[in-house]
Amino acid sequence: MTLANPQEELKGSGRRLAGVVALMARHRVLAVLGFLLVFPFLLPYEALAVNILIYGLFALGFNLVFGYMGVLSFGHAAFFGLGSYATGIVIVHYGMHWFPAILVGAVAAGLGAAVIGALAIRTRGIYFAMVTLALSQCVYYLVYQLEDLSGGENGLRGVDVYDLGLPGLELTLLDPLTKYYFVFVFVALAVWLFSRILASPFGAVLEALRENEDRARACGTNVALSKWLAFVISGLFCGLAGSLNAIHLTIVPIESLHYHTSGLAVMMSLLGGMGTFFGPFVGALTFLVLEDVITLVTVHWQLFVGALFVFFILFLPRGIWGSFLRWASR
Amino acid sequence: MIGGFPIELLALQLFTGLALGSVFVLLAVGLSLIFGLLTVVNFAHGAFYMLGAYAGVFFIGYLGNFWLTLAVVPFAVGAVGLGVERWLVRPLYGRGIDYPLMLTFGLAYILVEVVRILFGAEGMPFDAPDALMGAVNIGVGYFPAYRLFVIAATAVLVVALWLFLEKTSYGLVIRAGARDSEIVRVLGIDISLVWLVVFGLGTAVAGLAGVLSAPMRSVFPDMGTTVLVEAFVVTVVGGMGSLAGAVVAGLLVGVVVSMTSLFAPAMAEVSMFALMALVLLVRPQGLFGKKGLMG
Repeated sequence: MTLANPQEELKGSGRRLAGVVALMARHRVLAVLGFLLVFPFLLPYEALAVNILIYGLFALGFNLVFGYMGVLSFGHAAFFGLGSYATGIVIVHYGMHWFPAILVGAVAAGLGAAVIGALAIRTRGIYFAMVTLALSQCVYYLVYQLEDLSGGENGLRGVDVYDLGLPGLELTLLDPLTKYYFVFVFVALAVWLFSRILASPFGAVLEALRENEDRARACGTNVALSKWLAFVISGLFCGLAGSLNAIHLTIVPIESLHYHTSGLAVMMSLLGGMGTFFGPFVGALTFLVLEDVITLVTVHWQLFVGALFVFFILFLPRGIWGSFLRWASR
Repeated sequence: MIGGFPIELLALQLFTGLALGSVFVLLAVGLSLIFGLLTVVNFAHGAFYMLGAYAGVFFIGYLGNFWLTLAVVPFAVGAVGLGVERWLVRPLYGRGIDYPLMLTFGLAYILVEVVRILFGAEGMPFDAPDALMGAVNIGVGYFPAYRLFVIAATAVLVVALWLFLEKTSYGLVIRAGARDSEIVRVLGIDISLVWLVVFGLGTAVAGLAGVLSAPMRSVFPDMGTTVLVEAFVVTVVGGMGSLAGAVVAGLLVGVVVSMTSLFAPAMAEVSMFALMALVLLVRPQGLFGKKGLMG
């Protein structure tokens, strides 16, 4: 963390706040999960909480590439959507059990990320965003055309997983709280795994790439391979989020593959704070709660999305959590 | 006969592709111009294209004359572009190239929603002028006169732009600014004014593309969404920052799309991405791109 020696510089309440932040940073997985465990009781209804879990995971996976490696991708809708469609298709058309179906979704997204990543890392800098956006839009058209499997324009309907069929447990996803904790288990595993990846030597390589690619290369890092691997891992996380979304919504809308969905990940990461561990969930929470409140008042939510985005880029580029961290460690 | 289609049909399809490609050329030229000088990828380019079409709808109702409308729209859209550069993009220079990109992405949401509030979410009709109705015999068959006009107008505009950039002293400053903005500033030229003008110019060309394609494609608030992707594909194929690349790649992509829609209609939308993937594998910097510009 950025708190090199906070005790020396801070006094009074500032010191206590910095202490709390440092404690949270040390136990970041526990901090996230502890909060998410009681989270559904803080919101007016559980479906919103499930959305925040899923999009938080989506933004978390995206943040690996954007926040930690410092590469802006506009193609992550492809992985979210591929995860959704793969899970949905094996459940609807092949009657697969939900557990392997979720794995299929994540793997399909990982494969998609492997192909798109292999093409996109041939370009650098600003091109990366354009190429990933274009290739993900290609996936959109392909899935759109495969009407027999994907349902085309109407999306895929009937991803009905109600009875979990776990031995000895009577659990049904028709109960919103059960559904929340069902999704929570997967998100918890993913958050733990994500923290482990960041703490690994590979995580250090990613941040080195962000800070100075040439120097990382001079230190013996295989830049192309590391970038590609990060892209694939990120795709796996986003694919898992997509899979869970298919089960949550019981349908897969074609819009989940559209590049505006990639924009959501960008927006949530930026809103929360890119390159921070808690940022994606803070961003997803802020974005979705605002959407929930504002769409009650007006149909022109998109205007607020755009304005919010522009405002944060101009005045709060560190995002909510990033700015808070800076304020707490001042 | 080629592939089961008579040669005349193929020739007509080629011209259809060129007309489609002309719109791509205009979009990519504007995108490339802005990027070449400001290193800003304008994610709102599709939204400016949409603004052009709606400005066309507005001015034709107001002025009642297609040709006047065609002359006014680029100025109207360019004026919006000037404001965007001055108040939104300029504060971000020196903050990393991802920021203007994300900002313009957010801006696109705002522009689309404002148009939706002002004009409604429904599509709008936009007819070609009477003089350009109907079809002309171009030797291989009859071809819509309006599309022929779009091809000609694009050719005129590209030549004019080329002359402006290569033969005038203003163009010299712009080209110098693209190569090394610091030296240009040292020489006593207000580079931020050049950037402002170029951003306005690029968005004005996008607006012109919008109003030109309005009679060919329908006018609706989200019309810029797919166009943005097409413009990106063309720019990646042609090479960022290259005028020649934008022209060649724009026409090429137009022809590829229109030919695939004849031979394999289901693959028409995907064909341009296949072309882009091929270019990325063989020549990642694009057909006319220079190696250094990609950083």
